[in-house]
Amino acid sequence: MSTPAAPQPQATPATSLLKTLGLVSTVCGLIIVGAYQGTYDAAAANRRLALERTVFKVVPAAKSMAEWQATPQGIRPAAGEPAAGAVKFYAAYDAQGVLAGIAAEGAAKGYADTVRILYGYSPACQCITGFGLVSSKETPGIGDKIVTDREFLANFEALDVKLNAELSALANEVKAVKHGSKANPWQIDAIAGATVTSRAVGKAINDSAQLLLPKLVPELEKLGKKPS
Amino acid sequence: MSDLAQARTFDEFLEGIWRQNPVFVMVLGMCPTLAVTVSAVNALSMGLATAFVLVCSCGLVSLIRNIVPKEVRIATYIVIIATFVTVVDYVIQAVSLAVYEALGAFIQLIVVNCIILGRAEAHASKHPPITAMVNALGMSIGFVIGLLALGAVREVLGAGTLFGLPLFGANFQPWVVMVLPPGGFIVLGAWLLLFSALKRRKEARLAAPGGGHGA
Repeated sequence: MSTPAAPQPQATPATSLLKTLGLVSTVCGLIIVGAYQGTYDAAAANRRLALERTVFKVVPAAKSMAEWQATPQGIRPAAGEPAAGAVKFYAAYDAQGVLAGIAAEGAAKGYADTVRILYGYSPACQCITGFGLVSSKETPGIGDKIVTDREFLANFEALDVKLNAELSALANEVKAVKHGSKANPWQIDAIAGATVTSRAVGKAINDSAQLLLPKLVPELEKLGKKPS
Repeated sequence: MSDLAQARTFDEFLEGIWRQNPVFVMVLGMCPTLAVTVSAVNALSMGLATAFVLVCSCGLVSLIRNIVPKEVRIATYIVIIATFVTVVDYVIQAVSLAVYEALGAFIQLIVVNCIILGRAEAHASKHPPITAMVNALGMSIGFVIGLLALGAVREVLGAGTLFGLPLFGANFQPWVVMVLPPGGFIVLGAWLLLFSALKRRKEARLAAPGGGHGA
């Protein structure tokens, strides 16, 4: 006893589905690889230019720069893969090829997202000489004042980051303090109303300098001349 | 091309710009519309990026519409859309890092912009390439207009500039909320209000005895 089979809708064979997907994926793959290859050089040049511009901003006398890394074994020019535990920094040289300053990146959690900055360090005064934003999503008109507020930027004309006697850490922790209560050259007078973002800048500099400067300062003479 | 065909193609083109404007009439793609329109430049860049993806993917979808079995069509469309989004992502990095930073994750999120999959499924998969691309171009222009309408208003009120050029004197006090998320909703709401008022007025005029052109 059998019931007549209901008319089956024509099923598309699996091979035809696979063929279509394979063809579309291949074409799309080719397009993507082509675009990647075609834009790689321009994108890399763009990134280098943006980095250079920020480094030259925080080390005003700089005319050229070289990438270095500080490893537990000492500092060396960055080449190839960075070693584990290495901290990247940039040595900036003036027109005569003499070391004008150091630039390094720091990051800390801000109000909206991570605030990434690049700060300039002057070996002569052992202080921070300026900072620039690498990326930030801080509130427009409030948190983004950190790069426009004159009073705030004055903190970074000579922010003290001297090392302690053992050269193992900063003598004084860099920290943003409540607006109007700055008493020491290693403190940052926060912007009233943008305390969280101000603190992020302080923490970013402190965290990065604590890690980098103890490795860097004892070997500063290695950076003396621009490597050719 | 006959006059009729030409008129129809032109009609396809105008559809997205005005009658079916993706932002003001269909209210699609609200995520980038609200998020990146803090300035006119961002709005324009986002609009152009979306336009590129929309036109290219509609063209390709339409080109292969007869060989794609319906069981795998959505997968195929998404692969195609994702491809052009990746291309646009690379191109923006090569053109301007500042724009890339400003648009952030919203470039990658063009993949899930419903205007694009919507067009591919509802239009491009049923029409020949030229028609599909003309329609997509119209939609794109409509989307760019929508984004610019928001971006320009928000930048002028929230920063006192337009395309980065200062409009008012030094004493201008920026209306900061306009460049914050609530400003996006306020300005979008105001535009939608205007569009629905216009629509209502037109309907009333057509319904009134002796009014309209019988269309």
